[in-house]
Amino acid sequence: MSDEPTTEARRPGQPVLESKVDEVGRGVLREILESSWVVTLFAVVAALVLGAILIAAADQHVQTTAGYFFARPSDFFNALGSAVGNAYSALFQGAVVNFHGTTFARVIRPITETMTVSTPLIFAGLGIGIGFRAGLFNIGAQGQIILGAILGGWVGFTFHLPVGLHLLLAVVGAAVGGAVWASIAGVLKATTGANEVIVTIMLNNVAVYLIGYLLTTPMLQAPGVNNPISPPTPPSAQYPLLLGSQFRLHLGFVLALLAAVVVWWLMERSTLGLRFRAVGANPHAARTAGMSVAWVTVWVMAIAGALSGLAGSAQVLGTETSGLTAGVAASFGFDAITVALLGRSKPLGTVLAGLLFGGLRAGGFAMQARTGTPIDIVLVVQSFIVLFIAAPPLVRAIFRLPTPGGPTRAQRRAQKRAARAAAQPVTEEVQA
Amino acid sequence: MKLELRGITKVFGSLVANDHIDLVIEPGEIHALLGENGAGKSTLMNVLYGLYDPDGGEILVDDEPVTFAGPGDAMAAGIGMVHQHFMLVPVFTVAENVALGHEPVRGGGLIDARKARTLVREISDRFGFEVDPGALVEDLPVGVQQRVEIIKALSRDARVLILDEPTAVLTPQETDELIAIMRQLKEAGTSIVFITHKLREVRAVADRITVIRRGKVVGTADPSAPETELASLMVGRSVSLGVEKAPAEAGDATFQVRGLTVMDSVGNAVVDDVDLDVRRGEILVVAGVQGNGQTELTEAILGLVQPVAGTIVLDGRNLVGGGVAKALEAGIGYVPEDRSTDGIIGTFSVEENLVLDLFHSPPFSRGGALDKAAIRANADRRIVEFDVRTQAVTAMAGTLSGGNQQKVVLAREMSRPLRLFIASQPTRGLDVGSIEFVHKRIVEERDNGTPVIIVSTELDEVLALGDRIAVMYRGRVVGVVPGDTDRDVLGLMMAGVPLEEAVAQAAEHHTVLGEADIEAEEEPE
Repeated sequence: MSDEPTTEARRPGQPVLESKVDEVGRGVLREILESSWVVTLFAVVAALVLGAILIAAADQHVQTTAGYFFARPSDFFNALGSAVGNAYSALFQGAVVNFHGTTFARVIRPITETMTVSTPLIFAGLGIGIGFRAGLFNIGAQGQIILGAILGGWVGFTFHLPVGLHLLLAVVGAAVGGAVWASIAGVLKATTGANEVIVTIMLNNVAVYLIGYLLTTPMLQAPGVNNPISPPTPPSAQYPLLLGSQFRLHLGFVLALLAAVVVWWLMERSTLGLRFRAVGANPHAARTAGMSVAWVTVWVMAIAGALSGLAGSAQVLGTETSGLTAGVAASFGFDAITVALLGRSKPLGTVLAGLLFGGLRAGGFAMQARTGTPIDIVLVVQSFIVLFIAAPPLVRAIFRLPTPGGPTRAQRRAQKRAARAAAQPVTEEVQA
Repeated sequence: MKLELRGITKVFGSLVANDHIDLVIEPGEIHALLGENGAGKSTLMNVLYGLYDPDGGEILVDDEPVTFAGPGDAMAAGIGMVHQHFMLVPVFTVAENVALGHEPVRGGGLIDARKARTLVREISDRFGFEVDPGALVEDLPVGVQQRVEIIKALSRDARVLILDEPTAVLTPQETDELIAIMRQLKEAGTSIVFITHKLREVRAVADRITVIRRGKVVGTADPSAPETELASLMVGRSVSLGVEKAPAEAGDATFQVRGLTVMDSVGNAVVDDVDLDVRRGEILVVAGVQGNGQTELTEAILGLVQPVAGTIVLDGRNLVGGGVAKALEAGIGYVPEDRSTDGIIGTFSVEENLVLDLFHSPPFSRGGALDKAAIRANADRRIVEFDVRTQAVTAMAGTLSGGNQQKVVLAREMSRPLRLFIASQPTRGLDVGSIEFVHKRIVEERDNGTPVIIVSTELDEVLALGDRIAVMYRGRVVGVVPGDTDRDVLGLMMAGVPLEEAVAQAAEHHTVLGEADIEAEEEPE
């Protein structure tokens, strides 16, 4: 029937502006983005509690004491306490400060590791966040990171240029690599209406096999080596280390923070960002106001890709300089989606979420090494965090938080009382 | 059946939608529930229909208190409802739609289609509805679809029928038929609750009138009460119903549409070879029943949809193919039909919405950077000028009332020198106060010498604003007539009858509302 808004009327063969699926997705996304900071915080808490249960369940000692729980429950609770306590303490010490460090460097190394690991997460998370705010589900950060690493690494080990210029060129190369890769999805969506979720996921696969292939060709493979690995990145193309050779922390982290500031300015203070946000919030109104949705799509994907490419540069030019391998992107591209969601697509939030996830990852290794708790727990906790922030009503129900916009419980009680009082005389009349 | 509501109270958050409402509907009466949009009429009826749980008060059927857990209970008690937006499955036949949810079954769980058809035919014949039980609902005109809804309610033995804004989608002739049906049902002993905000209809058909304002019953009135009295009761102050405007001082036709044709996605011509001229300083109203190509016409002018043929010339320049940005640049101010979807961005602040199509040029931005101070200053000025009621210019536009959202759109579109102003359904869903304001601003824009195009499906608005009226039917312009054309003639033209024939037919037979017009003219003001 004619209930359907007719704004979608177009010539036959013209691409669909957005499908129903996209609209539903947008709605879900908006719900996540508009949930309060409190919900995010409690989601993390809830995930850590669930993680604690799993840690306890996996612990040998806890399992043994549970066997004679009714004989001596105190044993069980002690075991429980120490298992969870030790694991989370190891996680914390592996992520922030190592209290048992013998030298100052060892004491503060964990936090620098966290910052190092968070660098690609922040870069890619910023890009994905821009996409989210413009209504685009860019799942392709993984592939964009790989392409960034390929081009950045290639510029790094192929050319011999002066210090400074070489790094600059390699960084720009990485950004261009990611941008071009992401633009494939952007241009396809803008011109043919191809769904960016599907295209970017598929491009991830293409990127994985592309780097695998290139590492067997002279273009990337180090001469005289049989393994699929490229030559190391020369020092002139490396991000300078920030705290000396004892730490892995490099200039890329500062660049990531800088990128966050730039992204904030772009989204909040520039005309480009206003277009991005407008198209994301309401593409119909944006079109009516004379903005081109297709144009915005291309730009957003290009910028998101450039940021993911920079994430690749943080790896190949900073953290892993010994040579490019097929595993250069690890799972940063996918974790970054989580980071962007957790950071609610805002730059500051993304930086904090990136640090949290970097810390979980860095601390996870320490936890496994010290207490034998499998690092997979960290992945589970990460996943629970996302699960919870994706379902704000669940978190509100668990922690009895008020619904935004709705009445508080005190107000509701007062209303009920008032309504009852109001209804009372009427019923009495009837009875009389 | 006697239906009584006592002290019904319904609260949403901090909003008291219904505040101790008492209402008695006697058997066989047509009871009009009159109130502005948002007064609480629909909430009350949803409480009555079991869709909302009241926070206080009770419902009595034949003096027995009842509670409805859902529409099923309400239907069982003999209450039927015809919603403003029909609850029909377009691809089902009339009989299937009527049977839906209460399918008569034969052995083996098979639907007894014949019985369903017989039921429809029986009711249809009894009241002279002329509805074919085998027709697909999507093929039926809106007026007939509405009758299907009524049959649906009657087939469940409804003895109280609630009609929620039933005339919103009808032409005057269809409204006339509906009024006849309502009278017939009344004869047969069915009570009718008639929800509306249109005074004319209320006076034509109601036995009793209850007026609701801000969730409270503010009074009851007799159908013989003058319109102005009803209006002031409804709004809470005296209002002028017409639009005060001087005769148009029309200049050159600076805006011309020639041979414009727009196709929909399946290749039907939704705008079919349309020619229009709009002169400086005149208001051309495009009238017609919803969905006859008016929306597509305005969208094609703005460049949102690409026409397959024709030219759109503004100040001597062809706009076709230029896109929206070019059209706005050429000086078009555009108020879209659906403001919450196309006009504003609900999650953006009021100040951002006020520059949504202006932000890219000075003074609001320089070198790609937004000038927040200029945007704020603009917002501060506009909300005073257009009387936008908002807590702050940083408040989200989605939190504003419909009327204030519309003022935001108007303020934005009228805040620059215009060469053409287009507004679709500029007052749909607005309260009387906002309607007065919007009409005043539109007339002011006209008096500035801007050519103005208004698209409206409300005949009252068409007649109040139009200097000339173009009637559209199935994508074509049936005719362009002067602004003081007879209501019945317009109604017939809206159903596709050419001008001469419409004049002849209207002279023979006046509709109830058309007669009311004539009476109103005869009455001393």
